[in-house]
Amino acid sequence: MILDIDVTRRQGNFILDARFQSDGRLTALFGPSGSGKTTLVNIIGGLLRADAGRVLVNGRTLVDTQKGIFVPIHRRRIGYVFQEARLFPHLNVRQNLLFGRWFTPRHERKASFDAIVDMLGIGALLSRWPATLSGGERQRAAIGRALLADPHLLLMDEPLASLDEDRKAEIYPYIERLRDEANVPMVLVSHSVPEIARLATSIVVLDNGRVTASGPASEIVRHTRLFPHTGPGEAGALVETRVLRHEDAYGLTILQAAAGPLTVSRMNLPTGAPVRVRLRARDIMLSLGPPEGTSALNVLPGIITAIEAVDAASMDVALDCGGDAIVANVTRKSVERLGLKVGREVQAIVKSVAFDREALGSVQAVNI
Amino acid sequence: MTDWLSPEEWMAVRLSLKVALVAMAASLVPGIAIAYLLERGRFWGRQALDVLVHLPLVLPPVVVGYALLLGFGRRGPIGAILAEQFGIVFAFRWTGAALACAIMGFPLLVRAIRLSLEMVDRKLEDAAGTLGAHSVWIFLTVTLPLILPGIIAGMVLSFAKAMGEFGATITFVSNIPGETQTLPTAIYTFTQVPGGEGGALRLTLVSVLISVAALWVSEWMARRVRRRFLA
Repeated sequence: MILDIDVTRRQGNFILDARFQSDGRLTALFGPSGSGKTTLVNIIGGLLRADAGRVLVNGRTLVDTQKGIFVPIHRRRIGYVFQEARLFPHLNVRQNLLFGRWFTPRHERKASFDAIVDMLGIGALLSRWPATLSGGERQRAAIGRALLADPHLLLMDEPLASLDEDRKAEIYPYIERLRDEANVPMVLVSHSVPEIARLATSIVVLDNGRVTASGPASEIVRHTRLFPHTGPGEAGALVETRVLRHEDAYGLTILQAAAGPLTVSRMNLPTGAPVRVRLRARDIMLSLGPPEGTSALNVLPGIITAIEAVDAASMDVALDCGGDAIVANVTRKSVERLGLKVGREVQAIVKSVAFDREALGSVQAVNI
Repeated sequence: MTDWLSPEEWMAVRLSLKVALVAMAASLVPGIAIAYLLERGRFWGRQALDVLVHLPLVLPPVVVGYALLLGFGRRGPIGAILAEQFGIVFAFRWTGAALACAIMGFPLLVRAIRLSLEMVDRKLEDAAGTLGAHSVWIFLTVTLPLILPGIIAGMVLSFAKAMGEFGATITFVSNIPGETQTLPTAIYTFTQVPGGEGGALRLTLVSVLISVAALWVSEWMARRVRRRFLA
């Protein structure tokens, strides 16, 4: 088990009482502001102490209050990428990158400087001073610095929160490469559904200091009930598309998804540009036959793959639309009335499309 | 240059530089330590230590000098032990002048370093910890470089204070040419004797020159440090 956490900590009126296990390459700690995400990573990293409980990383006990174990921060071998990069201003990028190496036991120095510099695309920045870097460059350097200390685990506390959308888009591919290529498990703190939808392999949902759900990302993102604060409205399926053409006369852009064409407001992107859209479960209606006489332009045919209850009134219906997995959140009454069953062919009427352009933090929805 | 100043004047200049440099150098490490203790330490008696360090700033220099004479004089409690055990004598020696100057400049040094310590982003120290650095290493590799501008400013203040110190020096170690006669006491002596105006004026000029040079060097060093941080 990569992470085995069971801790409590009291801070004024706030009580963190979190228990979860995760084996994901990238575990996202997800929850609204004040849900205890940062407190939890700080306990894992050793910047804060737990009142009680234990923290195990890769089977190694870092904290066990019953046995009186508290491994100090500098012996934990846990990399930490902070929200504000925290590069040392008196060292240039190369010196920043190599800082942790001084303190890494010789036989544990495995990370290759050149490979990491190359992966993060910071080769041209090595002799620059942190003050001259852009926000995105700083974060990449900070990720490199943490990796070059050969950590057993990499914590990232909303590393992209202080960046604008374009800078975020610049960093995501690097985190994805890290997740897929580097052998360091990661914990990412985030309050952005699009972000975790894109990056996480496992998700731990925190709410008011408690873990309300944890499991594989694809499982968690689809479940509308797990996102009470961002609104169940934010949960939904991620669909990769490309710009097919623009209809300037109507001010529209047509996107091509595996599921079919999607019509959205005119986007300022060239034909062929990749666009990731999120089809929120709340925004999808189901119809047994092709709808007629409606204003909806986006209708995707699909086959029901699963139906599960969210609460007393609503249900999530999972569809396979030409290879894209889509989830619709509909009422239990509708499910019964239409006789929806696994294997049944239906039409998904998409009321609005949310853009996570290159999977962005904030989401803008367009109703067509 | 030597014929421009008389041998006695030249002696006073050299002695003053020696006293000021030794005072500055000797108070540097204790100054950083005390500043760190006062800024970061949470211990009983911190307030008292703070007051003690700042006393020379508010007390009349003559009082500090007299207190030094009482404590570090040959028959003073500390002076007697130092003289017997280590053979170190402060009273009426140039080392005494350096001690007086160091103590008078100490609050300025500590204040400057403490101010820059206060500005250090503690989060950077946490970051160094996550990279495997022990607290001693964090101090040496992160904190110390970051407070370098403050240390430089404090050193200049301490040096300048030592170059100008008069009251405590003359009370503690008197005004002995060649041993304890520094620039200010030499100028004072010149003004007290008939025909001393020339010497007083020359030494005043030297004083100004040294002060300007010290400021210039500190500016230059500070600019180098700043350029690294903000380049």
